[in-house]
Amino acid sequence: MALVELPDWAALAPVLALAATALVIFVVDGIDPRRTDRQLLAGLAAGGSLFALALAVWFSLAGVGDPGFELFGGQLVVDEMALFFVVVVAVVTALISIASYDYMTEHAYQAEYYSLVLLAATGMATMATANSLVTIFIALELASLPSYALVAILKENRGSVEAGLKYFLIGALSSAIFVYGVSLIYGATGHLQLGAIADVIAGEAEAGAGHAIAEFDGMLGLGVLMVIGGLAFKTASVPFHFWAPDAYEGAPAPISAFLSSASKAAGFVIAFRIFTEAFPIDAMVGIGVDWTVAFVVLAIVTMTVGNFAAATQENVKRMLAYSSVGHAGYALIGLAGLSGANGEFVLAAAMMHLLVYGFMNTGAFLFVALAEHWGVGRTFADYNGLASRAPMASVAMTVFLFSLAGIPPFGGFFSKYFLFVGAIGVGSTAMLVVAAALVVNSALSLYYYSRLVKALWIEEPTIERATLTKPTGIYAAIVVAAVMTVVILPGFGPVADAATAAAAALVA
Amino acid sequence: MMIETLLAVTFVGAFATFLAPDRVAGKLAFLISLVPVALSLVMFGAFDGSGNALLEGTLAFESRAEWITVGEYTISWFVGLDGISLPLVVLTTILTTLAIVSSWTPIDERESQFYGLMLFIEANLIGVFVALDFFLWFIFWEAVLIPMYLLIGVWGGPRRKYAAIKFFVYTNVASLVMFGAFIALVFGLGDAVGSFALPEIADATLDGGPDGLFGLDGASLLSVVFVAMFLGFAVKVPIVPFHTWLPDAHVEAPTPASVLLAGVLLKMGTYALLRFNFTMFPSEVLAQFAIPIAAIAVISVIYGAMLALAQTDLKRIVAYSSVSSMGYVILGLIAYTQFGVGGATFQMVSHGLISGLMFMAVGVVYNATHTRMVTDISGLADRMPIAVGILIAGAFGYMGLPLMSGFAAEYFIFFGAFGSPSLPYAPLFTALAMFGIVVVAGYLLFALQRTVFGPYRLETDYEVGRAPIHDVAPMFVLLGLIVALGVAPELIFEMIRDAVTPVIENGGEL
Repeated sequence: MALVELPDWAALAPVLALAATALVIFVVDGIDPRRTDRQLLAGLAAGGSLFALALAVWFSLAGVGDPGFELFGGQLVVDEMALFFVVVVAVVTALISIASYDYMTEHAYQAEYYSLVLLAATGMATMATANSLVTIFIALELASLPSYALVAILKENRGSVEAGLKYFLIGALSSAIFVYGVSLIYGATGHLQLGAIADVIAGEAEAGAGHAIAEFDGMLGLGVLMVIGGLAFKTASVPFHFWAPDAYEGAPAPISAFLSSASKAAGFVIAFRIFTEAFPIDAMVGIGVDWTVAFVVLAIVTMTVGNFAAATQENVKRMLAYSSVGHAGYALIGLAGLSGANGEFVLAAAMMHLLVYGFMNTGAFLFVALAEHWGVGRTFADYNGLASRAPMASVAMTVFLFSLAGIPPFGGFFSKYFLFVGAIGVGSTAMLVVAAALVVNSALSLYYYSRLVKALWIEEPTIERATLTKPTGIYAAIVVAAVMTVVILPGFGPVADAATAAAAALVA
Repeated sequence: MMIETLLAVTFVGAFATFLAPDRVAGKLAFLISLVPVALSLVMFGAFDGSGNALLEGTLAFESRAEWITVGEYTISWFVGLDGISLPLVVLTTILTTLAIVSSWTPIDERESQFYGLMLFIEANLIGVFVALDFFLWFIFWEAVLIPMYLLIGVWGGPRRKYAAIKFFVYTNVASLVMFGAFIALVFGLGDAVGSFALPEIADATLDGGPDGLFGLDGASLLSVVFVAMFLGFAVKVPIVPFHTWLPDAHVEAPTPASVLLAGVLLKMGTYALLRFNFTMFPSEVLAQFAIPIAAIAVISVIYGAMLALAQTDLKRIVAYSSVSSMGYVILGLIAYTQFGVGGATFQMVSHGLISGLMFMAVGVVYNATHTRMVTDISGLADRMPIAVGILIAGAFGYMGLPLMSGFAAEYFIFFGAFGSPSLPYAPLFTALAMFGIVVVAGYLLFALQRTVFGPYRLETDYEVGRAPIHDVAPMFVLLGLIVALGVAPELIFEMIRDAVTPVIENGGEL
């Protein structure tokens, strides 16, 4: 018996905490705009996201997401999957806030930077809870608009501005496609709330061709395809992946980390929700729109394109950008496998992978941030011999890279393994091909990840280096990310349970 | 909790060493590594297990806790020791300590990283031998690769980059094949298993076997998995024709890493063969492949020895001779008798000690002369009598001189293999393998005669003096152990025999 009955919207507290932090940073900066207290601002941003993280973890453990709260007439929903992804977003936000303290030292717009990060994080967290096509679109834009500004925030740097423009133009295009798809879906079904759409489709699948909306099936299919296109942009998947290398390369490295980890995860959570809640596969097959085929193709193409492109890069940041495309392909397996009996397991595996990815990929990009902070250069050759100067950071980077490659004893091994086993367990021939593609691509990825390990540890430095500084913030963030990448292995039980429960609730 | 303590001490020690300043790292690593030695010896004394860990034996120091449950399968933290794994754990701890001491002379850059990695390898090697859950085992198995890759790549010789990559790619691809095969087996077993615990999987495979998978029926699935796993482990052992990474890795690796590589890492392969292929699979499957495996074993013995005969680099000679010695282990395993399998296990320990000793001795020679070429040196006995004396003693151990452990191991294997009821043409295979001993004696004596005896001559410009005490002391310890096991093999052979007997009984007549 609770002493105080909290209102339902209190379930949104983690998201609200992120939003409130963004506003507090504005207020603090507004009090005395001339004096920028960087420690305070970074501390607020990190503290706010850690608070949101604590709330989300607490809610998750306390079972707030089971059976979940539907808010505002089903426009938002706080269920287990929402909390799971709020955790991912909050973790990444906290890590990059801490790291940005050192990275953005010389920068003029401190408060703006942190509040934009927090606003984008709010958008991503809202994406996790959005339950109607309208709220999804609003959350998407709330996450995207600050991101455009953040990519271009190094105003003096041509690369950053160019990256921002590219990101913005492709983002605008894909948003337009997404909205157009939404309007087609609305036209075909007459609903925007995900559950209501599903009801209409289920009704039609039962009634057969005589149903009132049967003649709009083609339109609905086109709408679904366009929504997939819009989501592909957000998750950096084929066919809208080509912005990623340019944007990640030009953006400040912590922002690259933010976009490639948190933003990608948020893109996936809406993909998961739309395709399980609004277009459940059984009903959609009933009306002749089998979207898993699209995801099977996208998954295979995305992971292959990402990995092959990554293997040919000379620039470390671009390599990580393409590897991030490859990982989007792995996560797409979660949707590709939904048709079979084992579908929820594959979906859960994709969620686990995104969580682990949040640590290892953020950490890898933060190491690049550290290298940029040192000014060592951008190519593999520039990283030669860093291990003898900065052993701790290099150990952490080695952990990230081997984890990204999916080698034990790191977190990436388990999540990839579960994706593999899940894909095989679905049992269809298409999923066997997907599983094979996963193995082949993982093996290939080891080539370019280990190339960087080799550069760090084995190669002789091309130039003589003075002692490298140890910026506390970036170091702390990297070490935490590395520790988590390792610790998540013994602690994989709770993660697996949370993801399985979330997926089961969604698919059931 | 003993095993957990052992692992925790080693892991924490590795981390502490990694962070320590370079000048104290070597001594610190040595002191830390004494703790696992002490712990493993205590465990050796207090060992109360019996039977085989996978076949309903009583485990010593067992502990088990559920870790992850996903889908239908449970992954658990499951560790324990039986008579096969305990000697190997003791071998690992002792050899690591000695290898650390032997690194004091040759390693003079990035010391804290070097010693940290050595301890990290030790921890994972112990993990490989104690883990009894497939996943846990696989994590340790793979985790050994990364530090060894770095040890070769950073502190190795001139072609270290090539050797490190080759080592990594060969062994990692092999692991992938083996991993895929084992997962297919577990899937094929279906509802009969609910976890990755090895005893449970062994039980299910022996009792009923898999139903079939992907269109293969149960029997063919078993054969395919057996072959794939055998190939996966064969690279690690290594067996001809998968041995080509070994000489490169050994020649380029720094001497202490070679000691661990030959002494323990190769035993991971033979240990896994024994644990998986020769314990889990029913005898009909083994019978199918008995002749090819025995043939490969004999070819490894002879061809490895021939290759060693053709070398002029001392380290390459010792490296190729490992291929030859591992061939004996495979012959002992496929003989599938108490003495064959027991002798193979005994040979794992014995070869670990002898090859460790040989690599150390070659390392000491190299430290003093800066060359390893047989053609560059002669008459070393004149300048470093003690070190060379040990080298000769080690070589005789390799040749199987009675009262040294090599003799006991080879005797057990030949004794077990000759009368094997299950292996067709057993006497023929055994006779061929015995011929290998002649070649071994040939190349070792030939190399020693040229380098050690005769008038003193050295092609490099180094003044050769007596080796420092901390280079020689580890070799004395090893020599002591080799003689002890040669005089009294029952020190460990009793527990080995107790643990391998169920394997044979379980397989029945082939």
